[in-house]
Amino acid sequence: MSSSSSSLSISGLLRRPEAGAFLGLLGVLIFFVIFGSMEFLKPSGAASWLNVAASLGIIALPIGLLMIAGELDISIGAMIPAGSMTVAILSGHYGLPIWVGILGALSFGVIIGLINGYLVIRTAVPSLIVTLGTLFAVQGIVLGLSVIITGTTSVALTAAPWAKFIFGQFVGGTFQVIIFWWLAITAVYIFVVHFTRYGNWIFAMGGDKISARNAGIPTEKLTITLFVLSSTSAAFVGMCQAILFNSAQVSAGMTFIFNSIISVVVGGVLLTGGFGSIVGIFFGTLTFAVVNQGIYFTTFDRNWSSLIIGIMLLLAVLMNNTFRRMALSYAPKKK
Amino acid sequence: MEKPPILEMRDVCKSFGLIDVLHNISLRVHSGEVLCLLGDNGAGKSTLIKTLAGVFNPTSGTVLMDGTPVTFSSPRDASNRGISTVHQFGGTFPLMSIGRSFFVGVEPTRKWGPFTIYDRKKANEIAVNAVQEFGITRIDDGDRLIGGLSGGERQSLAIARAVYFGARVLILDEPTAALGVKEAAHVLRIVLQARQKGIAVIFITHNVVHALTVGDHFAVLIRGAKAADFRKGEKTREEITDLMAGGEHMAELEAEIQHLKAPNASATVTTH
Ligand SMILES: Nc1ncnc2c1ncn2[C@@H]1O[C@H](COP(=O)(O)OP(=O)(O)O)[C@@H](O)[C@H]1O
Ligand SMILES: [Mg+2]
Repeated sequence: MSSSSSSLSISGLLRRPEAGAFLGLLGVLIFFVIFGSMEFLKPSGAASWLNVAASLGIIALPIGLLMIAGELDISIGAMIPAGSMTVAILSGHYGLPIWVGILGALSFGVIIGLINGYLVIRTAVPSLIVTLGTLFAVQGIVLGLSVIITGTTSVALTAAPWAKFIFGQFVGGTFQVIIFWWLAITAVYIFVVHFTRYGNWIFAMGGDKISARNAGIPTEKLTITLFVLSSTSAAFVGMCQAILFNSAQVSAGMTFIFNSIISVVVGGVLLTGGFGSIVGIFFGTLTFAVVNQGIYFTTFDRNWSSLIIGIMLLLAVLMNNTFRRMALSYAPKKK
Repeated sequence: MEKPPILEMRDVCKSFGLIDVLHNISLRVHSGEVLCLLGDNGAGKSTLIKTLAGVFNPTSGTVLMDGTPVTFSSPRDASNRGISTVHQFGGTFPLMSIGRSFFVGVEPTRKWGPFTIYDRKKANEIAVNAVQEFGITRIDDGDRLIGGLSGGERQSLAIARAVYFGARVLILDEPTAALGVKEAAHVLRIVLQARQKGIAVIFITHNVVHALTVGDHFAVLIRGAKAADFRKGEKTREEITDLMAGGEHMAELEAEIQHLKAPNASATVTTH
């Protein structure tokens, strides 16, 4: 059949949602090899951007799915410190076993996700506004409770060796173990989104929510699930950071809001929903991290990295539009 | 005794607040028959089919299926009972592939080790076969995106999908409105093929020629009321056009237009 042959051809690859993200990644890699040094491709250099990519990527994946489904979650900016502080307060300040802290941090994520999801489906308020509300609410709760309980905004944590090993060690001295989490989680997302029927439901929901519901897709359950996924992922990343660095701060995570959205868009997800891919988001995150860290390997001032990221974002949006047009206009040649 | 119609409306009224949109509409459609619903813009055609598709419930009156009164709780309920509606632009998921959108919500799956995965090959094959069965051979790759198909191809695919999933009543809301002459002809042919399979078709159109090509039975709506109800051969094309225009004589209206154009027209016509 033409379908199998065409998906292997060059033009077939270019029509895929991740095409732009992949070319973007190649572009920035070449840029930093020319203007920087090969150093940043060597293990010690690679660790710097892989570490950034991993924490960001674990959050960007569910954010990307939400955007494919036509929603957005910016409360992740508060959920990262919430995850850190929960594990640090429970297991550091109160000295409870680390698994209690881990469970507490993840449960906090689940609860906020349920609240976000429920508010979005029950009110007609756009998810940007709902999660803007929970962003500030969670920030307030975390700050307020931290000061009441510990008297400070920074709490130390010494995790048990097993937890340190699983969530917060440096593999080979420089690679954060969260990189492996990111790779494994990406594999699971690829499987679920592109190989099971649930992935199809997310795309249908982002394409046309009413038709999707009429086709029997449980759009409300799916929406809530995606919000739970994003806020729990953010809490997970925060928890890992606290275990890695042996401490937690109240204010850390706001940059993740923009950075994850940039990664997702650079990764080829359509802002209006209904189009995108996990591999694309993965490449988008890598691209972002390479630009973010690659600047240190050049003689440029690091402030220029924002300029590059800005230009890259605009290019990505333009390029994605082109690829999408190609995908839409594609018709097989007559045999 | 005659078999009861597959779908029937009895004295159906529909109001939105104080606005009455449908007044005492009674209609019947039998399997293997095409009912054409004609009417000007705003006549209430879409509202009428939405009460048949489970989008609205009638304010008063009854809808019967196979002679039994029914109330649809949702569009999904109506489609579960075999009433399929194809909206004006056919595919609603332009960025999804043909195979994936064909099976939205009822995706075929297969075993892959311990996992149950989406069977892309099977979905594509069935979708492509279903639409090719209607003679649309240009669609041969289930991985193509819906948004890349022409309007006629999308309509054809949507109809093929409804038929594949066992529609007994097929409601088409202006399926030929946005199409070119040749594409419209393809869609009309597919409507007749669906009718041949014993499906009851409710075909909404503005176009009297299209209606006469496929219709067995015609109903004209004017400002929410049924102005006429007749069978094939009982009225001429001109009579139907007049009816749709709300009883005014289109011929007279056209004469008037000619008259208004006259000064200009005579200026150019005198040259010959
Ligand atoms: N949900 C609604 N609320 C109020 N009025 C409506 C609604 N839907 C349709 N109408 C009115 O009903 C009339 C008929 O509309 P419609 O059924 O769309 O006509 P048609 O499809 O024949 O062009 C219009 O005047 C429209 O304004
Ligand atoms: Mg209409």
